[in-house]
Amino acid sequence: MEKLLLLGDEAIAQGAIDGGLSGIYAYPGTPSTEIMEFVQGSKQAEELNIHRTWSANEKTAMEAALGMSYAGKRSMVCFKHVGLNVAADAFVNASITGVNGGLIVVSADDPSMHSSQNEQDSRFYAKFSLIPILEPSNQQEAYEMAYYGFELSEKLNVPVMLRITTRLAHSRAGVQRSQVKKQNQLHLPSDPRQFVLLPSIARKNYKKLLGMQPAMDVESEKSTFNTFVDGTDKKLGVIAAGLAYNYLMENYVNGKNPHPTLKLCQYPLPHKQVADLYNLCDSLLILEDGAPVIEEMLKGFLNLGKPIHGRLDGTLPRDGELNPNIVAKALGMTIQEGQDIPDIVKNRPPSLCQGCGHRDVFEDLNEVLKAYGTGRVFSDIGCYTLAALPPFNSVNSCVDMGASITMAIGAADAGLIPAVSVIGDSTFTHSGMTGLLDAVNKNSPITVIISDNSTTGMTGGQTSAATGRLFEICQGIGVHPDHLKIITPLKKNHEENVRIIREELEYKGLSVLIPQRECIQTFARRKKADKNESN
Amino acid sequence: MKNDIILAGVGGQGILSIAAAIGLAAVKNNLHIKQSEVHGMSQRGGDVQSHLRISDKPIASDLIPKGKTDLILSVEPMEGLRYLPFLSKDGWLVTNITPFNNIPDYPGLDDILKQIKLLPNHIAIDADAIAKQAGSSRSSNIVMLGAASPFIDIPFERLEDGIRQLFGKKGEELVNTNLKALKAGRDFTEKNR
Repeated sequence: MEKLLLLGDEAIAQGAIDGGLSGIYAYPGTPSTEIMEFVQGSKQAEELNIHRTWSANEKTAMEAALGMSYAGKRSMVCFKHVGLNVAADAFVNASITGVNGGLIVVSADDPSMHSSQNEQDSRFYAKFSLIPILEPSNQQEAYEMAYYGFELSEKLNVPVMLRITTRLAHSRAGVQRSQVKKQNQLHLPSDPRQFVLLPSIARKNYKKLLGMQPAMDVESEKSTFNTFVDGTDKKLGVIAAGLAYNYLMENYVNGKNPHPTLKLCQYPLPHKQVADLYNLCDSLLILEDGAPVIEEMLKGFLNLGKPIHGRLDGTLPRDGELNPNIVAKALGMTIQEGQDIPDIVKNRPPSLCQGCGHRDVFEDLNEVLKAYGTGRVFSDIGCYTLAALPPFNSVNSCVDMGASITMAIGAADAGLIPAVSVIGDSTFTHSGMTGLLDAVNKNSPITVIISDNSTTGMTGGQTSAATGRLFEICQGIGVHPDHLKIITPLKKNHEENVRIIREELEYKGLSVLIPQRECIQTFARRKKADKNESN
Repeated sequence: MKNDIILAGVGGQGILSIAAAIGLAAVKNNLHIKQSEVHGMSQRGGDVQSHLRISDKPIASDLIPKGKTDLILSVEPMEGLRYLPFLSKDGWLVTNITPFNNIPDYPGLDDILKQIKLLPNHIAIDADAIAKQAGSSRSSNIVMLGAASPFIDIPFERLEDGIRQLFGKKGEELVNTNLKALKAGRDFTEKNR
């Protein structure tokens, strides 16, 4: 088979397609977005009739993937680490139902928070759910693990987590493909009650899941993804998980690493291999990108026995992603640095695009809020969050998807009136709609601004679940028609928009304003495509 | 053979096209490659960089260690300076001198150029002007690739192949404009290094 130059994300997508995938479900989120985008753009996926559409949020995606697994076919669901929180209810219970067709859950973590609100480690969730984790160290393994993950899932009757981090997701390298496998035939679970989590059945399934743990251990012990290489310097043994292995090896020219090293890419921890390394060496260094998951397990609460170094004792920084220099310092090596950054170099934070409709929304809103003072704008995750930075300094909260409406409700309940919520169209359908229902039921004195740019802008312009239907959705949820208005955020409408926003802020009940203007990035792309077509 | 390159610029300036052209050329030459990119939030007018590693032997890390970069290729003058801790003693900075000014405290261009000139190995080029002469102001990133090409251990013809592959779908005219831009950048460096 041919060799392809692929991002880690793309390697996962290609591995899944070649491994017999029938459907992929996802909600966009950096650094996971390119997995679905690759399958959507793949001719092979089209010919194989693989289902591949965006879902309204991570929970609906997780449940749809579980439904496809129920029907016997191989499915994949993809999101970023914080998306796993949204999907968590379904995710944890999927380990109790088990699978029918193979199910891979890809969670893309973002240590160093390149594009995220936190850097939580998805491995905790998989451990909590008692399912295996595959953690690739490079693009080739990312491909192979997606390819092999379905088989592992079917063999152990549980979903398998494929955990990656930003660095691998967005780094490109050559990848060797394997033979394309046929998709599973439609077939129902042999036990018709397997997926019914009534307490009596769930209890039985849970015991079964616990009973599967030794089999999972066996799979890890014999996994070719976990490899041990002996070394001469037994004062220190190294456990390097996933990508951390590369940072370790980068520090040894010609690959001559003196420390006995366990490269660990499949969990649960292979007990025998870890114990062998511990017995062989005087101390251990744990290299893992993300949280000290392995380190905590090995250290235990009382920290008895040989020294174990890692993120908990300060050998490595407690937060942020690893890199070759951090690992070199942990190994006691001196690093050579180039020159310092000259003082004249200034920070260049991301900002809203020139000509973006969100800009006008915040200019209008800021003018109205002058009369009320700052600290009243609740928002959440999307391009519009950038209005927290200068020159707007407008947004006062960003906690999770959908939190803008519900936090405004709570603030208003506390007496902060008016309270304003600014949410994007995709975020609104992701998890803002239920919050709006709360506001309708209480007639909360808040003003909700759904800044609608007809796309999921922050992640590059994926389909938004309810483009063109936001007004009807708000009507359906029960927003009073007198206080539900569409406005157009343009310079020439500034005075009028300011007047409307002011009126609605003064109204002592729920108002919803929908400023509508297409994202200028998708607009430019659409115009270019139209032009190319007419040529 | 081993080239560790940092591509620097601002989101939307086309550094990923440069990376793609080098990547395609490297693969044609049967070299190992790892190329790490910035996606997502930072792309919106923020600083972006790509670590690009090419070698005839397998490459371990996706990230280049500090002090080990052979070449910083910057499509914007201030952004090149941001990665100096990564540059090796004998490394080269090849930078465009046209600023991308979207921040209130952008430093004076003279100060930036002064800093660049302090480096023993540097090429400072007005890629925007040269691109315009070559036929398209949007090809300045490819002018920069040409200007950096003498410091990349891939035959120039392979880089030309990379350009053909990258722009092939978009028509002959665009391919030729970019080939011209590539050559113009290369000529500048040959004359001024």
